[in-house]
Amino acid sequence: MTAMTTKPNTIETQISSQNIPTVEDKFKMIAENVTISYGDKPAVKDVTMKFKEKSVTALIGPSGCGKTTFLRCLNRMHDMTKNAKVEGKVMIDGIDLYSKEIDPIYHRRKVGMVFQKPNPFPTMSIFDNVTAGLRLNGVRDKKVLNEIVEDTLKMAYLWDEVKDDLKKPAVELSGGQQQRLCIARALAIQPEVLLMDEPASALDPIATQKIEETITELKKEFTIIIVTHNMQQAVRVSDYTGFMYLGNLVEFRETKKLFTDPKNDLTAKYVQGQFG
Amino acid sequence: MEKKLVVPHKQKINSDQIFKLGATIAGTFVLAVIVLMVFQLIFESYPIWEKEGLSFVIGTDWNAVEGRESFGALPYILGTLTTAALAMVIGVPLSIGIAMFVSDAPPRIGAPLGFLVELLAAVPSIIYGLWGLYVFREYFKDFIETPLHSAFGDSIWLFSGTPFGLDIFTASIILAIMIIPTVSSVAREVMKAVPQQQKEAAYMLGATKWEMFKLAIFPYSKTGLIGASILGLGRAVGETMAVTMLIGNATGASAIPSSLFKPSQTMSSIIANEFVEASPAGLHLPALIGVGLILLGIAVCINVVAHLLVTRMLKVKEGAINN
Amino acid sequence: MNVNKRQEYRTLFKQNVERRLFVDKIVRLIVISCVIIAIIPLGSILIEVFKNGMAAISIEFLTEVPGSIGSGEGGIGPAIQGTLIVIGMASMIGVPIGVLSGIFLSEFGDNRLAKSVRFFNDVFMEFPSILLGIFAFLVIVLVLGHFSVWAGAFALALIMFPIVARTTEESLKMVPVTYREAGMALGLRHWVVTMRIVIAAAKNGMVTGVLLAVARIGGETAPLIMTILGSSLFFSNFDTPMDALPLRIWRLSLLPYDSAQMQGWGAALVLILIILAINIGVRTLILNKDDTYRFGRMIKEKIGGRK
Repeated sequence: MTAMTTKPNTIETQISSQNIPTVEDKFKMIAENVTISYGDKPAVKDVTMKFKEKSVTALIGPSGCGKTTFLRCLNRMHDMTKNAKVEGKVMIDGIDLYSKEIDPIYHRRKVGMVFQKPNPFPTMSIFDNVTAGLRLNGVRDKKVLNEIVEDTLKMAYLWDEVKDDLKKPAVELSGGQQQRLCIARALAIQPEVLLMDEPASALDPIATQKIEETITELKKEFTIIIVTHNMQQAVRVSDYTGFMYLGNLVEFRETKKLFTDPKNDLTAKYVQGQFG
Repeated sequence: MEKKLVVPHKQKINSDQIFKLGATIAGTFVLAVIVLMVFQLIFESYPIWEKEGLSFVIGTDWNAVEGRESFGALPYILGTLTTAALAMVIGVPLSIGIAMFVSDAPPRIGAPLGFLVELLAAVPSIIYGLWGLYVFREYFKDFIETPLHSAFGDSIWLFSGTPFGLDIFTASIILAIMIIPTVSSVAREVMKAVPQQQKEAAYMLGATKWEMFKLAIFPYSKTGLIGASILGLGRAVGETMAVTMLIGNATGASAIPSSLFKPSQTMSSIIANEFVEASPAGLHLPALIGVGLILLGIAVCINVVAHLLVTRMLKVKEGAINN
Repeated sequence: MNVNKRQEYRTLFKQNVERRLFVDKIVRLIVISCVIIAIIPLGSILIEVFKNGMAAISIEFLTEVPGSIGSGEGGIGPAIQGTLIVIGMASMIGVPIGVLSGIFLSEFGDNRLAKSVRFFNDVFMEFPSILLGIFAFLVIVLVLGHFSVWAGAFALALIMFPIVARTTEESLKMVPVTYREAGMALGLRHWVVTMRIVIAAAKNGMVTGVLLAVARIGGETAPLIMTILGSSLFFSNFDTPMDALPLRIWRLSLLPYDSAQMQGWGAALVLILIILAINIGVRTLILNKDDTYRFGRMIKEKIGGRK
């Protein structure tokens, strides 16, 4: 607590010592000293985080704190952004995501992503949306495709609502259904990590609840990293929570502890709703 | 009290109404011109319809000698459709390729390149014609037409005839070059209109760039791309000068396009070639105006379809998945 | 749920990334060659016109009347003069109609009439220009009984006004609504607000539209054939035939002499310099300003160039 009022670099020393989970845990993904800048402006500053397998990690913080920017670098989504620069290391299963020898395509197969706004392919049917990634990977067997579609739509809690008209254009679904379709689409490529960027921000409370149920269920198999600006949501779905502020990772601990007993003044103020 | 309020109020409406009236008249000018134009073309070409009837559209004779006058526009209709179709086949894929490159390239490369391709659009038709006639034709004849002819001339009808450089093939290639700026700049705008989230969805699934185009960009912009192509078709159909200078200007039955290496004639080129010489007294002028009427019909159909498609695409763009 | 099954699914994935990346490379190659193929003709046109045109150009060439056919003497003075005259006259007819029509579309454009005007305006913009020549011939040349500058100017004005109308509409629409509200709040009438405030704010865009329309009609040939006809003499009055650069190029191209070819290149160079100067000038000087950027893209899209 005492060190917290001082400069950022001391924040970091404290953070690294706090880095739970502990040594015996298995880490699926590790981000080391990641700095992301647009032009000269750093949006994420020297962030180090470790993500435990089969857990949900939430990233919270006021808007503009760099949490989405950080999330996107875990899937090399900055490759398309002009003048974005990523420094540091992101490891998945011990392999560096940003190594020049390996095309990002290899990693993106392991890492699924769900975006803030539902973005199904509007001209495709529900079925085609879910199988789009499979077809890229050369899976053509109709039986397998049917099986995976059913499997993933069930995991996304959408199956019962759409099982009778899988041929329907995806745009005819409601916003919440579209978002769950996007989750199914991401799950269909059988990823091991699932990144979610405020997946419920555009949805009504009922759809939000369904998505949260989905996340809790998915945790049994996936490593999930979710960005949210809704603290209650973070409490409900996550095991670990990282609080980011102005591009720095301020505090990263077990969710319960972070919310009940924040080590950092800023975190405390934020979770108490004093700013944000 | 009430009257005092009403009087200035009325004045206000009056001067604004004059303003509105003036603007409305100017606005409806375009409608008046179109109506008057269609009427004039029908009226002035009436003699030829009266004499030839339907055979004006399906006939192939073209004889302006008084006493033996006989006019059929079929060869020129076919000439227009053939050259325009060939121009599309060559020009549209190239344009889509350019649009793909420019829409995806970093602005440092894409912007000047797009600018350069667009300058192609600013070059007047007559200069394409001049360049085609004095420069392109020679190379094209020696390095493309003659080899093709000597290799396939006897076996494939497409390549029979005499490669002379003033024929359907040369005219079509020039047309293809001329529609590239139109088609590629509209196609680029349409592709750029595809939301970033769509592209990210494709990349997230592990798509390569090409697969991203197939998954996200092409399906989303399909209507607009078709509209862009049809807009190019409209340009190709209406294009006059460059074609007139390069197509060889055959008349009558010999203008029917039967091989790539044959001189032909399009609707607009026969008008450009013969209009001034045609005597208003005989049937020659009505025949040319009749050709113009057919050209108008085809051009209007093409453009209406193109505009409806592009408009629909823009509506899709606004309405899709933003709920 | 069923971890094993997911592992099984994964084994069904083909190890095809290498192949897909290879296809991606091929496509990239094709796309780049498309760009190169399109750039070659443009480069060649510009190079040939400049190379051959420079050889033809001299003071006499720019100012004298054409010599006798095939002699290679004389110049294109009347053609340059005629092009400037016909463009000027076409603008005097086409710009006011176009601007008013654009005002109609932007200020009173929320009804069915305006919607159909907008649609037909767009369609009319794509009409083959030779048809506008025929129209001008029928309503002016045939009625007056002789070819005339009027007919040519009228035909070109018909090409010009829909472009001006659309660009005016777009630039008026881009004027922030607060400008209008400020004017209205002062109690000004709608037309005063439009003419004094909105148009003043949209001036840049409108000038751009007019200049690009001028560049467009400057190169038009087909509608001039049956209206101003062409001539070897300098302009004398509006009721007689007149020469213009595109017409002169066409007539020269029909002649079998090398000297005519030379002169044709010279005339083409003058024409292309006029048009490219307007285009590049407008695009770099005016369109690069931020507020007109969207507008510029729209114009480039709309005015590809009907020939």
